[in-house]
This record gives sequence, structure tokens and C-alpha cells, in this order.
Amino acid sequence: MEVTKDLVAASATPLVLAVLAEGDSYGYAIIKRVAELSGGHLQWTDGMLYPVLHRLERLGYVAAKWSASESGRRRKYYRITREGRAQLAAQRQQWQAVDGTLRGIWMKACTV
Amino acid sequence: MKTFADQPLEEQIAQWREYLRRRRAVNGPDVEELEGHLRDQLAALTESGLAGDEAFLVAVKRMGSLDALSREFAREHSERLWKQLVMAPEGAEPANTSHVETLVVLGLAVAAALAIKVPALFGFRIGPNEELPLFYFRNASLFVFPLLAIYFVWKHGWSVAGSLWLALPFAAGAVFANVFTFPKNSDTEALSILHLPIALWLVVGFAYVRGRWFADGGRMNFVRFSGELAIYYVLIALGGGVLTGFTVMMFQAIDVKAEWFVAGWLLPCGAAGAVIIGSWLVEAKQSVIENMAPVLTRLFTPLFTILLLAFLATMAWTGNPINVKREVLIAFDLLLAVVVGLVLYAASARDPQAPPDFFDGLQLMLVLCALVADGVALFAIAARISEFGFTPNRVAALGENLILLVNLAWSAWLYARFLRHQGSFAVLERWQVAYLPVYSVWAGLVVAIFPPVFGYR
Repeated sequence: MEVTKDLVAASATPLVLAVLAEGDSYGYAIIKRVAELSGGHLQWTDGMLYPVLHRLERLGYVAAKWSASESGRRRKYYRITREGRAQLAAQRQQWQAVDGTLRGIWMKACTV
Repeated sequence: MKTFADQPLEEQIAQWREYLRRRRAVNGPDVEELEGHLRDQLAALTESGLAGDEAFLVAVKRMGSLDALSREFAREHSERLWKQLVMAPEGAEPANTSHVETLVVLGLAVAAALAIKVPALFGFRIGPNEELPLFYFRNASLFVFPLLAIYFVWKHGWSVAGSLWLALPFAAGAVFANVFTFPKNSDTEALSILHLPIALWLVVGFAYVRGRWFADGGRMNFVRFSGELAIYYVLIALGGGVLTGFTVMMFQAIDVKAEWFVAGWLLPCGAAGAVIIGSWLVEAKQSVIENMAPVLTRLFTPLFTILLLAFLATMAWTGNPINVKREVLIAFDLLLAVVVGLVLYAASARDPQAPPDFFDGLQLMLVLCALVADGVALFAIAARISEFGFTPNRVAALGENLILLVNLAWSAWLYARFLRHQGSFAVLERWQVAYLPVYSVWAGLVVAIFPPVFGYR
């Protein structure tokens, strides 16, 4: 099963914010973490993560900093900000509302 | 993220990075970030047992197509599609050279601004209530062009010893501009004022191409530079006009007269410094923004062709002869100069390898119309030339007309051959750049010889 493109795009923001809420991270690690959590169902085109990260940075939900990685090259690390956490909470409520609605319908379908 | 011992893999990464760097929406740090991602991915894939090139294929596939990627970046960073002009160019160049350059440029601009105030110490005053001494007009180019030449000698890394001879033509220009004693309202003085900059601009050109006038398309680059500088200068002048207006208006509001400052300092110093600043901007952005002069050429070539066709058709239809007045010859000189400019800047932006297209036909049409119109005008003037007699203005205008006419006639011939696939465009381009010194040499003659020949009148 593969999640459709629209749904991937819609879920990108809460997913990135949620991963960053676990701790500071960088692009490659975020993608690995999402793949791990979704059991491989959510396949992002790797490059597309970066425009999303830059948008979140512009909106002030994440902050970025260049620092050295273990191999010595510089790497751009992202950290969630206070506004980011607030946004994550808001998104979480919205997703729960959608999820709850769908669950309601599908449970009824099962019982009929 | 790591560097790979596998040399071919490193080369593939380098190539991918180059492709990415060419995308306008993706800037330097983005490329670095994406490359880091690619390297992490490659490290993971090779660790799990893939060979270098297999890992590269997989990693690039997962990254997504560069088209889609740069489209996404463009959506997020639309401002990057508008190339930003001033200040440090991104990437390759180390930052300190551009800092040094900024300092050199500012230094030279201030020097030019001060140079124009030096004569004031010797009694040549500039002020709102006095007429500007003609001394300033005669020497206008001498205040700025030598400094501009110094900038290019420095910027293009020419040795000081090799470039010292450039001082000679400037010195000669200074001598010829000031050695003659002109009476009031002298025509030859006005001619000298108009022609000295044209003559000395060639010297700036020599500085621009590091003295290698015939090498590597340097002359055409100088033509491109000149066109862009003219456009920048006009833009800077417009901004300067607004600044001047506000200066006067705001100080007037508090009942302080600012005219002495505007006329004595702001305008002359600004006009001198702007040449240096404009040149620097042209140099800084030449690889960044599309050149404007060829764009204007494309825009105005059809319009001028229509104008000339309409003029010739109307003249043929009505049978009205050209009403020969003083200004007619000069007007047709200017027309030919504009047409030569259009041909020159069309050539500057054209790929010499490309086959002839519609625009080349249009250019030929333009040149032919200009030749016919000028021919008619010259015929009308020649019919009455005996009655005019030879004044310095007329000889200068006739000489210029002849020079431009020769250029255009031969250009028309070369264009026609090119359109019939009998010659290459490169020949036409070579002809145009080879002709450049002719204008300056003639201008030099007008400055140096006309005043004594015509008795300074």
C-alpha cells in the first residue's frame, strides 16, 4: 500500500514537526525516522523534504543552524521553536478530528 | 555524511552537484544541504552492500528529479528567480576579493568626485548663480576616464609597468583640450568638447582589454560593457535627480538655501562618481543579469525600420524635398549613429554560429532604409554645399556622416552575403569591432586639428 501524493503532502508538516519535537535533527535523519515510524508506507521523495523544511523555517516553526557533523562536513540541523510546538498541537487536534470522524463511519460500517 | 574513497563515485557526486547548482531557485547552502543528504544516503546504501554506482543510482532516484525539485524550491523561494544584483556574487569567488573591490571602487569614486572640485581651488568656481566655466566641459572626460582606466588595470590584473603608456593619450587629451585659446562662442571649442570623450573612450577600452585589443573577443566585451554602462548611468542619473529634488525641497521647507550645495557639490561630484560606480555595477552583474542593451535593440530595431520605411514612403508619395537647414545634417548623423548602434548591439548578443533568421533580415532592411534616407539627405545637402561654405561644424558633420555611411554600406553587403549563406556572421561582427577605432581616431583629429585649421572660430 502506498499513501497518495496529496495525503503525503498534507501530512508532511505535522510529521516533520512531530519528529523534531522528539529532538533536534537533520534532513536525512528525519526521512529515516518517518520511514521507520510508518513501516515504509510513507515514501517521500527525499529532495521534497527540504522545501518543506525551508517553508517551516520561514514561518518560524523551526530554526536551523549549521554545525559540524561527525564526519567533519557541515550539516544543517533543525530545531522546533515554541511557535512550532503550538502549530504541532493545533495540527494534532485537526488530524484527530479527521481521524475520529473516519473511525466513526468505518466502525458503523463494520457493525452494520 | 562522508567523503568516499571510490573516485568515480566522487566524480558522479560532483557532476550531480554541478547540475543542481545551475538551477536558479537552489542556492549555494541548499546545494550543500542536499549534497549532504545524498552522501548520507550513499553511505547507508554502500554499507548495506550496494556497489558505488548502484548506490548512486538509487540515491539519486530517491532524491527525485531535479526539475521537480527545483520547481518546489522555486515555489518556496520565488524571490530567487529575480536575480539579486549588488554585492558579493555567490559561490566560487572568495569573499575577501569582493570586499577589496568595494573599497577600491569607493576610493576611485571619491577620487573622481574630488578631482572635479580641484579646479575650484584655482578659481574655476561652480555655483548656482555663475555660468559653469567651459573649462569643465572641455575637461569633463579627463576627470573620470583616467580613474576608470585605473580601475580596469587593477581589476583585470594588468601590470602597472605595462599600462603606464595609457597615461600618454590622456596627457595628450589634456594638452589639446586646454592649449588652444578659444574666443567666445567658438564652434571649434564646442566640437572639441563633444569629441574628446569619444576619442578617450578608446583608451578606456584599451585598459578594459588589458592592451590586448585584438585578442579573445575583448573588443566586443568592451562594446557590451559600454552599452550597459550607458543604461546604468541613465538609471543612476534618474535616481540622482530625485535625490536632488528632495534636497532642494526639504531644505527650502526650513528656509535654508541648498542650491550652492546642489550645484557646487552634489551634481558635479555625483555625475563623476556615478561613472565609476556604474562601471563597477556592470562588471559585478555581467554574469548575473541579462544584458539590457541587446534587449532594447530587439525592441527598437523593428520600430526604427517602420519609422524609416514610413519616412521614405511619405517622401516618395508627397514628393516633398528635404528642407535643408543647419540641423538636417546633424539629425541624419544621429540617425546613422543610432542604426550603427542597433547593428552593433544586435551583433553583440548574437550567436555567430546560428543560421540567419527573420531578425537578421529585419536588420538588413533597417540598414538599407537608413542608407537610402541618408543618401537622399546628402544629395539635398550637396546641392547647396557651395552656398554653405566650409565651417568646422559642417566638416565635422560631413566627416562623421561619411564614416558611418562606409560602416553601414559594408555592413549591408556583409548582411546580404550572410543571408544568402555566402558568408558567416562572424565576418560582420569582426567588421563592426574592427571599425571601432575609426570613430575615436576621427574624434581625436577633430579635437587636435580642427581648432588651428579653422582659426579657432
